[in-house]
Amino acid sequence: MNLAVHDIRHNLGRFVLTSFGIGLLLMIVLGMSGIYRGMIDEALVVVNRIDADLWVVQRNTRGPFAEISRVPANLEDRIRAVPGVISARSFVAHTIQRERRGKPLRISVQGLAWPEDKGEWLPLVAGRSLAQAHFEIVADRSLGFALGESLALGKDTYTVVGLTRGMVSSGGDGLAFFTVRDAQAVQFDLPGEAIRLERAARRARAGEMDVGRVTPLLLDRASGLAAGIPAFGPPMVSAVLVKLAPGVESARVAATISGWPDVSVHTADGQRQLLVMGLIDKARRQIGLFRVLLVFISTIIMALIIYTLTLDKIHDIALLKLMGARNGVIVGLILQQAVLLGAIGYGIAVLLGDWVFPKFPRSVVVSPADYWALAAVVAGISIVSSLLGIGKAMRVEPNKVLS
Amino acid sequence: MNDRADNTPAIEAEGLTKIYGTGNTEVVAMRDVSLRIQRGEVVALLGPSGAGKSTLLTALGLINPPTVGRITIGGVPVMDGAKSLVDARAFRRQHLGFVFQKANLIPFLNALQNVQVALEIADVPPRQARHRALELLDYLGVADRAHALPDALSGGQQQRVAVARALSNHPSLILADEPTAALDSQRGRQVMELFRKVAHEQGAAVIVVTHDQRALDVFDRIFEMEDGRLRPAQLPVQPSAKPLDAKHDPATSIKD
Repeated sequence: MNLAVHDIRHNLGRFVLTSFGIGLLLMIVLGMSGIYRGMIDEALVVVNRIDADLWVVQRNTRGPFAEISRVPANLEDRIRAVPGVISARSFVAHTIQRERRGKPLRISVQGLAWPEDKGEWLPLVAGRSLAQAHFEIVADRSLGFALGESLALGKDTYTVVGLTRGMVSSGGDGLAFFTVRDAQAVQFDLPGEAIRLERAARRARAGEMDVGRVTPLLLDRASGLAAGIPAFGPPMVSAVLVKLAPGVESARVAATISGWPDVSVHTADGQRQLLVMGLIDKARRQIGLFRVLLVFISTIIMALIIYTLTLDKIHDIALLKLMGARNGVIVGLILQQAVLLGAIGYGIAVLLGDWVFPKFPRSVVVSPADYWALAAVVAGISIVSSLLGIGKAMRVEPNKVLS
Repeated sequence: MNDRADNTPAIEAEGLTKIYGTGNTEVVAMRDVSLRIQRGEVVALLGPSGAGKSTLLTALGLINPPTVGRITIGGVPVMDGAKSLVDARAFRRQHLGFVFQKANLIPFLNALQNVQVALEIADVPPRQARHRALELLDYLGVADRAHALPDALSGGQQQRVAVARALSNHPSLILADEPTAALDSQRGRQVMELFRKVAHEQGAAVIVVTHDQRALDVFDRIFEMEDGRLRPAQLPVQPSAKPLDAKHDPATSIKD
């Protein structure tokens, strides 16, 4: 006869309610793992999908996701000349904040090299990838745009031609994919007055220099388009993405390019490491500590619940002892209830989590390993938390029945 | 142990003394109590509160050992002073039955399960335990309430289930501590008659601590305790030595 089950059935409402409470607590523990994995997932989403073997960035910087990186756009021409490189393409990444329907909207702008990279690798849930050099964007649906919606940024208007899912930055901002030129236009958009003032200042500075005084044409150009001044060249990009030929050793090519004094090179794995260790390490530790705390709290709460359930049965336990029940019967009664409480709580946590986590504003990724780890933790918690009740039960004297 | 020679007393106690505390706080709850009860005997233990009745009962039940004295149950020495000569819990499981003032049924088990659990604790396989439990409930006239939870049973029914539980392991000794205190006089008498029936039919010795003097004729012998000492009771009512009237079967005559 299973005394634990009979007791539970007799107090079913209380047991279900208690299990539900434990389940909610365990769901938060599970969610913490999911938030951490979600952060990693989001941080690595571009690096993992963009299919680059090497990331060439501004000298001594850690790449566009960690800090500002500026390299000349024509760097890709230099890189293409390196043996073993089959493609090199510019990449732009920056974040803008605009207002939409009265609410702040942060967009992580990603510039793809047109026409080499049209964003065919993006996980589209609607629409298509980029099909023209300008004024089209593929946006993550977390930004809230509808397919075909127009978006005015700077002096241009862009049309949302495709929607992705789960493409967000490490900060949780939805990604929007433009061509490099458009991304730069958004990044370097200045008001007309600012441009006029800059041109005037440029002309004044050039006029004070010998070169300006001896080359009047330069003075004319200084007051015109920046693109018309060879010294300025085209606007900078964030990084150049390099794809190597099959069989080429990435370390060798990286060493070659690293020898140039103006750039640093990171492999795709290195970029991932930098993102995980640098960008989200503190968050990881914070979440990890919070998770440990939650496990402790869950253990204490479960221990108190099991202890209270044991106290409720102390007279029955004394009676069982009086009738000659072995300790195993009494330990089994308490331990089975603790394990059942943990198991049902775990089930509730998993079911509830599967339903609730997708509704969170940021990605919550719970892996099979997290489920197994939580199951092991719950088993441990159940056993540890029952010890308090078992200890109490073991100390009960059978003559307690007479009192 | 039930198969042992009939001349062996169900229980024999010699010179039991129980002292609580030491020095100035020393209290002697039981003084040099000796007792011998045969199988099939029903014995009453009377006395005012604090006389030492429960102390004697718990000592004989291997719950609360005496400070001095020896206890032999069914010919097996079980206690020598405070030292237990057997595994007390295992011995209780196999040879003793208890009934209390309150029925003390486990609230989350129905009547049948309350009896069955005692059998399973004594290592009877579940199927046999269930069968035996049903037999016992039938014997005690509460088979029709087998699936009722204790809350749904009357006081008398609860007490009969408690008696069934006490009988489940074929005990050689049943110890009852004021089993009729929570019952009215009619039901109290029925329970006392039940003990007599059980003792006679099952060959168990029954010791009943009671304040209720209205059913003393049911007992074979009556003792009283005062200041920790045990002596035969001096009562106007003489205990019955007659065998139980077959026509007056308490198991079938009790109505709740």
